Amino acid sequence: MAKQISVFLENKAGRLSNVTRVLGNAQINIRALSIADTSDFGILRIIVSDPVKAYKILKEAGFTVSETQVIAVRVPDSPGGLADVLEQMAEENINIEYLYAFLGTTENDALVIFKVEDAEKAEMVFKKKDIKFIDENQLYTL
Amino acid sequence: MTYWDREKECINREHLQDLQLRRLKETVYRVYAFVPAYKEKFDQAGIKPDDINKLEDVHKLPFTTKADLRNNYPFNLFAIPMSDVVRIHSSSGTTGKPTVVGYSRKDLDTWSELMARALTSAGADRYSVIQNSYGYGLFTGGLGVHYGAEKLGASVIPSSGGNTKRQVMLMQDFGTTVLTCTPSYALFMAEVMGEMGITPQDLKLKAGIFGAEPWSEDMRAKIEEALQIQAFDIYGLSEIIGPGVAIECKYKNGLHIAEDHFLAEIIDPVTEEVLPYGTPGELVITTLTKEALPMIRYRTRDLTTLTMEPCACGRTHVRMQKVLGRSDDMVIIRGVNVFPSMVESVLLKIKGVSPYYLLVVDRKGNLDFLEVHVEVSEEIFSDEIRKLEELGALITKELESALGISVKVRLVEPKSIERSEGKAKRVIDKRKI
Repeated sequence: MAKQISVFLENKAGRLSNVTRVLGNAQINIRALSIADTSDFGILRIIVSDPVKAYKILKEAGFTVSETQVIAVRVPDSPGGLADVLEQMAEENINIEYLYAFLGTTENDALVIFKVEDAEKAEMVFKKKDIKFIDENQLYTL
Repeated sequence: MTYWDREKECINREHLQDLQLRRLKETVYRVYAFVPAYKEKFDQAGIKPDDINKLEDVHKLPFTTKADLRNNYPFNLFAIPMSDVVRIHSSSGTTGKPTVVGYSRKDLDTWSELMARALTSAGADRYSVIQNSYGYGLFTGGLGVHYGAEKLGASVIPSSGGNTKRQVMLMQDFGTTVLTCTPSYALFMAEVMGEMGITPQDLKLKAGIFGAEPWSEDMRAKIEEALQIQAFDIYGLSEIIGPGVAIECKYKNGLHIAEDHFLAEIIDPVTEEVLPYGTPGELVITTLTKEALPMIRYRTRDLTTLTMEPCACGRTHVRMQKVLGRSDDMVIIRGVNVFPSMVESVLLKIKGVSPYYLLVVDRKGNLDFLEVHVEVSEEIFSDEIRKLEELGALITKELESALGISVKVRLVEPKSIERSEGKAKRVIDKRKI
């Protein structure tokens, strides 16, 4: 399992640039990101090089931040690779809340960040089905 | 029960009315003789001072409004020579020319006396350490409370508004027992205390006396819980004298108006018809002892209800209910009257919502619409959009059922709505009418 940082963003010019600048100034690298948006606000979800520090400095800078457990799954970087993984998860009734792609890759695999309803159950299923996922310390430094 | 001046606060109603009539007649003679603007108004209405023979005759007198103060800017409504005026206060004048008020030596004594009464009613005494965080200066809040607290013999910390961290430090180090400021500032202080890691147990605070803006019962509950104190409402306006016109007693069921100095009426703000006790309407006050700036039937714009039901505290002065709102704070949206306090009550009942909000009224085409900005609290924010959307929908539903109009709710970031160190700004009206 890995730590994702979520930041509440009001739909206002400059909010996203503020967050990224705060992280940049603290020498924190963004490894993956996605934005969920509604008409009034958005939630920025990021995987960073140092989630503990990122949480702390964003909070100090006055942002509303939360921490979420996600899983970084290795998906074969070839046609049908993601579909295979998703089908196996569906068979085991693993409910996916959202997912997004990681910027870097490992060997021949792409990395996809999954937020599932029950992360522990998902990890067990992954182990059983031999779906590879990445250890969090390894993930932050990729 | 402790009183500052039992004889006056618990006076027999008949004696009070005799006193009021005597003082009313005297005030009317005085303004007719010394203030040309009043004489002109009385003459236009065909009223002579001799026509005032019983208390009800006050209904015959013309009203005085904020516009009269502006038209006579700065000193033309004063009834004494400037050589006898010892203090001048003024409004900020954000909506035009400021309104200017003056005090004679005796007026200041009266004011201090009334404030000492008010502080006593809220449980303060000479052993209290009163931190006065109303703004000092032209605003009547700061100096008004200050002199009353000194008269009471309490130890006064004249901290004025602003520099909130230092306020909290003083509160802790000096052992403040009574805090006086606007209710919105009290709540902000509680928030800053939280950030500083200071809990109510670290303080000696017992009571707060809050006024200068309308606040709801739910706001009271919130402040009392956050600071672990008893919170009392105080009422006043500079045109009449400043804070101390009315104060709650320990039963917190309406504010006793100092009727030996002020004559209160309730009118329909539209028809200007006088309404009986128990009917909500606009509070109108006639000063009975003011020398420098007597006010005849001043329209306060504050909406409340008067009750003559006896109060368990033993005070015989009429009680006004907590002010619901000001008729000029009220926004009319598609024919419906909306007060910020109504929105506040709804929000404070919803878990996870902070009591900071802003009403934005705008007009698109010919249609007015209301947008309510509500701060999301840290606790409620999670990674899940669904939860936030559910919260937004819940607030919308509750507001719509309370206000009777459609509302657009916008969730905004914590601490993004301006914190006030004085009177909170709750409404932005962008309509160009």
